[in-house]
Amino acid sequence: MSLAPETTAPRWIALWPAGMLGLFFLVPFGIMLAVSVAHRDMGGFYTWAFEWNSYARFLSAFFGKVMAVSLGVSLTAGAICVALAFPFTVFLSGMGAKAQTRVLVTLLSVLALSEVIIGFALSTILSQTAGIGNIFYWLGLIDAPQAFAPSLFALILGLCYIGFPFAVLVLYPPVSRLDPEIVEAARVMGASGPRAFFGVIVPNLRGAIVGAFILVFVFTLGSYLLPQLLGRSEHWTLSVHITDQAIYQSNLPFAAAMSVFLMLVALSLVGLASLAGRDRGAK
Amino acid sequence: MTELKIERVRKQFGSFTALDDVSLDIPHGKFVCLLGPSGCGKTTLLRVIAGLEAPSAGRILVGGEDQTQVPTHKRDMGMVFQSLALFPHLDVADNITYPLAIRGVDKATRRKRAEDLLELVRLPGMGARRVHQLSGGQRQRVAIARGLAINPKVFLLDEPLSALDASLREHMQIELRQIQQRLGVTTVVVTHDQKEALTMADLVIVMKDGVIQQAGAPMEIYHNPANAIVADFIGTTNLMPCTLEAGAISALGHRFEIDPRDRINAPQGAAQLSVRPEHVALVTPEAGIPAEVTFLRDLGESLHVIAQVGDHEITAHLPPGTANRPAQGDRIGLSFRAGERVVVA
Repeated sequence: MSLAPETTAPRWIALWPAGMLGLFFLVPFGIMLAVSVAHRDMGGFYTWAFEWNSYARFLSAFFGKVMAVSLGVSLTAGAICVALAFPFTVFLSGMGAKAQTRVLVTLLSVLALSEVIIGFALSTILSQTAGIGNIFYWLGLIDAPQAFAPSLFALILGLCYIGFPFAVLVLYPPVSRLDPEIVEAARVMGASGPRAFFGVIVPNLRGAIVGAFILVFVFTLGSYLLPQLLGRSEHWTLSVHITDQAIYQSNLPFAAAMSVFLMLVALSLVGLASLAGRDRGAK
Repeated sequence: MTELKIERVRKQFGSFTALDDVSLDIPHGKFVCLLGPSGCGKTTLLRVIAGLEAPSAGRILVGGEDQTQVPTHKRDMGMVFQSLALFPHLDVADNITYPLAIRGVDKATRRKRAEDLLELVRLPGMGARRVHQLSGGQRQRVAIARGLAINPKVFLLDEPLSALDASLREHMQIELRQIQQRLGVTTVVVTHDQKEALTMADLVIVMKDGVIQQAGAPMEIYHNPANAIVADFIGTTNLMPCTLEAGAISALGHRFEIDPRDRINAPQGAAQLSVRPEHVALVTPEAGIPAEVTFLRDLGESLHVIAQVGDHEITAHLPPGTANRPAQGDRIGLSFRAGERVVVA
């Protein structure tokens, strides 16, 4: 038993967020769970039932591959974002206060761009007629102007473009709080620059690195627009397939089942990652 | 034999001169304190020695070898940082032997070395602890052990005890000095605490504004300050303007015959007179400089009498149990003990 902290807010006020959470998250989630086991009515919508048909269908090779592509794309984007954002943030935190603010504001302004604009801009830049292929051709790097989109590369590029600022924003506070004397101590004790980076900076910020990775991973896992704009149909993520099933195939039970599965997979990966990111000192 | 030689080192940060033509010879095995107020350049000098800052001009020699261009991680120095900079992701033993791990020393040797060092800093058997499980004093010892792990030629410490409370700090000063004497390692400590410097050092270097004001043995600096900055910074003193003539000092409207033991470190003319509070004696108003007692501070071990002479405040420290204790508001006379007067520029 612990004493209630002294506060002026009455206790019942805690019911408010709980009520909102129930109303706007648990109830829709319950509906989705119910729909996922409903019976699909070919002629119309669905009828309430309890059957595993939608889940069974999901266990086909085709959707297994879709799941693998979805996870693969998000994991790759997460890994690339963190691999770029971490050294970038370490470098950024060493800059002057004014320069840091400028860079952070620029990064934040990227977040203000709509995914649609980013998608179309990238597909234009990577196109055959107006894209960077022409510049490469002009420079003599390739024999003929060439399109780089749609492709897996274009899709990952787009996702990283969106994910990178998030990764930096998650990494920035802990990185800027890291005692610079720790790195200097490692240097005086004989560690070369790279050795100090990997032996001291990285392990001390493991939690932040994992956090940034999880954020970008979860964020890109739900991406729906960019795979259609920048990827081929084989690069469609699960989110695209869910939309396809729900809206174009009118198969809500199957879409709901896929959503539940996606959530479970995402949750388990997040759980695994946070286990890996836990400080060993907490044992 | 000179272990560490600092040769005409200058360090500019933009237009700010942090170190201005600093030269020093530090003999092997000596304990040196760089002492001065904050911003005097002492930490910059330590960082230049460690290679964390490159000097704008001048050279750093260790054991006769020019190290000015050698990068930090190849200098083989030991260092304790102000924040201690222990690695939170490693346990105590791995923290201590980190410099050995970098140098590829095998695990068994490292473990043995960690045990020996923990013994040395009186933390036996603590190797498996995490840094956050240690008290402030214990962390301090771990940082010292880590700095000594490679048997460095030069051991550098940047305000190492500043985070400790007063009694622990005094205890650690003694302990640090004892460890240094046992190992005979050439040690340079940066501090702003003059008591710390007097407790530990063989050689005290007083700095101000990037310039060495005086370098000497602690008691030399205490009793014979080279200038007013040193006199004011080391210990407590009464500093007052005076006029120096042949054979006499005039101060506060009083004329003193110069005693052969008085220390005169200024040319004739206007100068400053420094008298330690323990060398101020109370006499009758007629026999000395007339003054009025404005405050009495009885600390048990000594009685501090603060007296006003014109615009000047003079403090006298009297031994406990002094007969004829003055009272606040009393008219008294002050006399400065012959042979204990220091005149500085």
